[in-house]
Amino acid sequence: MTHGGNGHDYPTPPPASERRVLGHAVTRIEDRPLVTGRGRYAGDINFPHQLHMRVVRSPKAHGRIISVDASVALKMPGVVAVWTNDDIADLSPIDFRADKNATGIREFRQPALAKTYVRYIGDPVAAVFADDPYVAEDAAEHVALAIEELPVVMSASDPPGEFEPGRSSEAIVLHHSFGDIEAAFKNAHAVVEIDVQTGRHSGVPMETRGAIGVYDAAKDLLELHGAAKIPHRNRETLCRMLKRSPSSLHVHESHVGGGFGIRGELYPEDLLVLVAAMRFKRPVKWIEDRREHLMCANQGREQRHLARIAVDKNGHILGIEDEIFHDQGAYIRTHGVNVPNRTMCMMTGAYKVPAYRAKARVRLTNKTPAATYRAPGRYESTFVRSRLMDAVAAKLGLDPVEVRRRNLITADELPYVIAFNEPGIEELEFDSGDYPALLDKALKAFGWDKLQAVMKRRRAAGELVGAGVAIFMEESGRGPSDNARIKVDPDGDVELITGGASLGQGFETSMAQICAEALGVDYQRVRVIHGQTDLIDHGIGAHAARATVLTGGAVHVTATMVREKAIEFAAELLQTPAADLDIVDGMVMRRGAKDGGPSISLGDIAKRVAPGSKLLRGRDPQLAAHGWYNTDHTVFPYGVHLAVVRVDRDTGKVAVERFMVAYDVGRAVNPLLIEGQLVGGCVQGLGGALSEEFVYDESGEPLSATFADYLMPTLHEVPDVEVLLTEDAPSPRHPLGLKGAGEGGINGAGGVIASAIDDALQMPGAITRLPVTPQRIRELLRRRATA
Amino acid sequence: MSDKVDITLDINGAAHAISVEPRKTLVDAIRDDCGQTGTHIGCEHGVCGTCTIILDGEAIRSCLMFAVQADGRKIRTVEGLADGETLHPLQQAFIDHHGLQCGFCTPGFLMLAANALEHNPDIGDGELLDVLASNLCRCTGYQNIIKAVRAARDTMRGAKV
Ligand code: FES
Ligand code: FES
Repeated sequence: MTHGGNGHDYPTPPPASERRVLGHAVTRIEDRPLVTGRGRYAGDINFPHQLHMRVVRSPKAHGRIISVDASVALKMPGVVAVWTNDDIADLSPIDFRADKNATGIREFRQPALAKTYVRYIGDPVAAVFADDPYVAEDAAEHVALAIEELPVVMSASDPPGEFEPGRSSEAIVLHHSFGDIEAAFKNAHAVVEIDVQTGRHSGVPMETRGAIGVYDAAKDLLELHGAAKIPHRNRETLCRMLKRSPSSLHVHESHVGGGFGIRGELYPEDLLVLVAAMRFKRPVKWIEDRREHLMCANQGREQRHLARIAVDKNGHILGIEDEIFHDQGAYIRTHGVNVPNRTMCMMTGAYKVPAYRAKARVRLTNKTPAATYRAPGRYESTFVRSRLMDAVAAKLGLDPVEVRRRNLITADELPYVIAFNEPGIEELEFDSGDYPALLDKALKAFGWDKLQAVMKRRRAAGELVGAGVAIFMEESGRGPSDNARIKVDPDGDVELITGGASLGQGFETSMAQICAEALGVDYQRVRVIHGQTDLIDHGIGAHAARATVLTGGAVHVTATMVREKAIEFAAELLQTPAADLDIVDGMVMRRGAKDGGPSISLGDIAKRVAPGSKLLRGRDPQLAAHGWYNTDHTVFPYGVHLAVVRVDRDTGKVAVERFMVAYDVGRAVNPLLIEGQLVGGCVQGLGGALSEEFVYDESGEPLSATFADYLMPTLHEVPDVEVLLTEDAPSPRHPLGLKGAGEGGINGAGGVIASAIDDALQMPGAITRLPVTPQRIRELLRRRATA
Repeated sequence: MSDKVDITLDINGAAHAISVEPRKTLVDAIRDDCGQTGTHIGCEHGVCGTCTIILDGEAIRSCLMFAVQADGRKIRTVEGLADGETLHPLQQAFIDHHGLQCGFCTPGFLMLAANALEHNPDIGDGELLDVLASNLCRCTGYQNIIKAVRAARDTMRGAKV
């Protein structure tokens, strides 16, 4: 069964008030085991007779491997083997997920164990396998590495060096453009230029990574446990790399302690445990420690932008030009060059920009590899765009809100298409919304106008307070397809098998709500399964806020099929026309009939349509269905962030006094969960704006390898985030109007904080770099004092 | 490696006779030797608080202690918080107020909060904030955690009078 994807629009779905459970703020079905300590995270998974792996990592940021001496380690009791790249010589470097055939960047993929060169501190060089995790760790310390040091490149703004002899560390230069950029700048009333950068930070989930490889020789079946995010797509890559067929390799997700885009990608350790499990015929378990995590898991965001904007005399944008220095770290991992591409794609945001030209220099540096982190490319581009708009306002003496409002795409201009000149770059088609209306709603709810007066007074009294605004587009639900299987048990319980994945965002509850709404059952009776490749062959996983939109679409389609089937049989059993029947609380009954009247439970129908039943008359048994949702559309939620900050003159610390996330999600599946996502994302974004940063010294030594150095917000640093969740613009491209909500809290956080601090210091354009640490503020205050 | 020591860990009233190396951390022993995996490990260096348990009536970080130091002492972990099928008011409040997403930090927060409320059932909002600020959560932004703990405090206080 197919919906969408053929250009037609769905009718506007009803609001929550007309629904039983979809759209309601119900509590989560996944919580009980988690609050009682019965969750099962990667570290909790054990298999009999398992080995433990410990990775020996490069202590040098760049060098040539002279020797790896494992003789001492191998003699230690309990040590089974120590591997180097020689032991996995036939294993290809870790492949890209999407553009498998990407040309020009394949040379920069990371091998599971370093071959001739090490390229960042933490680069896996050897793997120790032992009976006990403490022994494995001891032994790893006794593996002696001889490395001849090579010059390091520590910044993407520095001239490129060599990735390997004869190969530049500038991997590729990417381009995005539309319109006549030369004309835009020629005809400009004013042009402003900025040089800004976003710092290196990452998702840093509370659970570190983990992987357990199990090989069942009797069945020739290889399993990866502790997987996350995109089990099915990872299986595809693994099968390609290990030359196995999909039915002989399964990936299993259990509870996942946070993902944020970085967890669940394929890393060297995932490959190593699988190859080792096959070779040793024993399960192999690897659990990362926090120091490793902060040195080895994907980092992101680090970009420098030399951007300029051309405007007419009223502040209307004529064109934007941008040159991006993208710090890729030591290798190009599974995403390929997705992040710089998303950055360029989303740069113009919700504004009408007639001409645009961007160039991204993807440069390798001797730091931890970079990849996607929640709202990849969007946090970065919103920061840059916000800085540009503030610069225009300052230059023309206009109000920063007014400049933004003037340039917003209006409701009557939707759908709005952005088509790029470069072949192969997907166009954007903003589906629905009213961006100026959301801005006005947010300003009103925040009390913006009154706030300006209050802050003026406070500033006159000597306080450094200011407010800012950021407006952004998000994107989610990119196709192509997801599917679901639903089966009603004879006792009326419902099993829902999805190809989605859960990183702790409430996926099970959301899917149960969608299923329950269509099928007419209690959502708590729906058992939701995700992340198991052996139970369903295809799955989109949980990335780029896709899960709710795509998997939700598939669940809706499939539950509707089961519903139709139930009603068809019930009509025969109850001798009532199908059109008169409804399903309420698991009972099929005449529409509107409260009690009394003939009825039959879904469980009873399931029993009556068991294989062999006479009722079937040639139809398939079971109250079950397998459905697909296919689409070639992306949906575009949009949002506004508002913030008030206070800067401490002495310490340089920035306190966020207020923060509002206004976000239109089309239709909310569960407002409670969406608000949770928005607030959580926002606080992560504040971390990236104010305190989190992976810092390296000039030799490539990571200085942020503990929680004492990588500073994530605690309860003391966070404001009470105000959420204005709107449902003004259901997507016409989705049967339930859904748009996805995972990234709306974080997207504008960097941009809005920069604006607010500028305002607090009354220094337009002062903030050029995230995070805005107390040291950087003190530097600005000194500049301000001397000016 | 080093010789093992026989100790008994009393976890939620059950005695676990185990044999551990002196260098084994308490959290590893609770998880790996006693099979109580509700207590989690987030950093192993005393910053995140996911490993928080209650030892002899005090909330402590079980990654910062050796198992042998807890020999014979009373340990409480998240597995012992509910009364059979009846959830502790804190557990219920975390569910009602959406105080968890991935749930990885949750056992640590629950034990930290339970201990604070046991010491001072009337603990004020400000002090509660100070206590809870010592643990990290990466998913929730803390807002709903604080709401949940306040609600549980009020419920528990209400139940007493
Ligand atoms: S694991 Fe003990 S404080 Fe982080
Ligand atoms: S709920 Fe995920 S870390 Fe707190």
